[in-house]
Amino acid sequence: MQLKQGDKHMNRDSVPQAETSIKNISKALAAASCSALAAVAAPAMADGTPGEWDFDVATLYYSESDSRVMAIEPVFSATRNYDEGESLNLKAVFDVLTGASPNGATPSDSVQTFTRPSGSGSYDVAAGEAPLDDTFKDTRVALSATWAAPLNSDWAYSSGVYASNEYDYFSLGVNGGITRYLNQKNTTLNFGMSLENDWIEPVGTVPLGLSEMPHQSSPTYDADREASRESADDSKTIVDLLFGVTQVIDRSTLMQFNYGISLADGYLNDPYKLLSVIDDTAGPGYGTNLQDANGNNIYIYEQRPDSRVKHSLYWQVKHALDSGDIVDASYRFMFDDWGITSHTLEASYQWRWDGAYLEPHVRYYQQSEADFYQRFVDASDYNSGAPNFKEASADYRLGELTSYTVGAKFGWMMAGGNEANVRVDYMLQSNDGDQGYGALASQDLYPDTDALILTFGYSF
Amino acid sequence: MFKKWLTVTALTSSALLLTACADWGVKPWERDVLARSEMQLIDDPIESSLDDHIYFSKEASSGGRSFAGGGCGCN
Repeated sequence: MQLKQGDKHMNRDSVPQAETSIKNISKALAAASCSALAAVAAPAMADGTPGEWDFDVATLYYSESDSRVMAIEPVFSATRNYDEGESLNLKAVFDVLTGASPNGATPSDSVQTFTRPSGSGSYDVAAGEAPLDDTFKDTRVALSATWAAPLNSDWAYSSGVYASNEYDYFSLGVNGGITRYLNQKNTTLNFGMSLENDWIEPVGTVPLGLSEMPHQSSPTYDADREASRESADDSKTIVDLLFGVTQVIDRSTLMQFNYGISLADGYLNDPYKLLSVIDDTAGPGYGTNLQDANGNNIYIYEQRPDSRVKHSLYWQVKHALDSGDIVDASYRFMFDDWGITSHTLEASYQWRWDGAYLEPHVRYYQQSEADFYQRFVDASDYNSGAPNFKEASADYRLGELTSYTVGAKFGWMMAGGNEANVRVDYMLQSNDGDQGYGALASQDLYPDTDALILTFGYSF
Repeated sequence: MFKKWLTVTALTSSALLLTACADWGVKPWERDVLARSEMQLIDDPIESSLDDHIYFSKEASSGGRSFAGGGCGCN
């Protein structure tokens, strides 16, 4: 439904709307996420007079309860529009993260000691407490640039570059897309492709998957640590293909259907995640942490497959009521070759009145666990360091997971077409899975995670 | 199972789209409502990108309305 300037089908009545749409296209370039999205960029709110810059700024505040992850993320986006419908979008995102993140180990009925990823120092986790690595701290800067332009009245294209840098991570990507308009622009076909290469240089170097975490109290610590290291850094490549169809249903209804495939290849582990090895031999230690000859608990580093193919099917519909209010609903089905399937449902209702709107929304997400996900490792499977499995991860994000988000956004228009908005969300995540045995069964292996999300935005 | 599901989805979508060609759509002068900025499929791109980043970091799924690629070490 994207109109361009010079559209031969425009008549006098449609001109103002068409101009709005031109501006919308350029603003949509700001839809860049972790990877810049251009090919299926949907138009956005806009001002966008050719020859001028439009700016969008926003700040995200994200805070999990129990002193876990806290993030502040300012975003700056600038879009320059040109006479022939071309546009250039430049975007910068800054991330500051602090707090504690689950390290993957299970809680225990005794104090647990973990070596910090750097190898210098350790931290203790009290009995019954969820093991959190409190050294989680990072800053991230992401920059992207996207150019979009019509080729003629039936075709348009876009291309973009993306780079982001963290303390231990660097990502570089390019993307491109092509759009074909059909049926008087009632049907829009999109094809987009993104290529990305990521490099990771973990604190304390890359651990060897399934090797034991070395304990500083061990008399052989230096040799143990050396044996648990694989390399100084590693990398992965990600190729994304996205096919989309957008269809105008009627004067107030729009629908989109996308199919996306994502192929990741390379180092896909989280280098900071561990698994507990649990004694499954009948006796007094049944369900407690298996210990080595020095009396230290045994934890092993996770190991994921070195490739992943994800498929997603996405459907969205948007409808304007006679009152001017807007209903938006979407559903995504995803499955991958790690055995994960997920369902995502989102809906919002926008009440509009003169110069302002209120938009409550809900999101429901449910995923099944990865084939190699396990909350802990049985000592019999660990087999004294010769495990009878090739991959394992206790990362809760790969387990059986349900997320709920509820929130509302309030926006108001200002003089000159500027808009300010504020959004408040509450997110709750619940995991489920193997409840353990013996001493482990009394521990809470799947604590909920909840977060408060605040966003302030301003467009001018 | 997924192949079967995909096939059914593809066939259904194709049929719907073919039907759409005949029955769906509007004339250029009927785009007044659709052209409203709040009627765009992604009406607040910054907000969408922030959401994508949060859920990419906290869940195993990503993409759908946009590319699934990461660009960060959060998962």
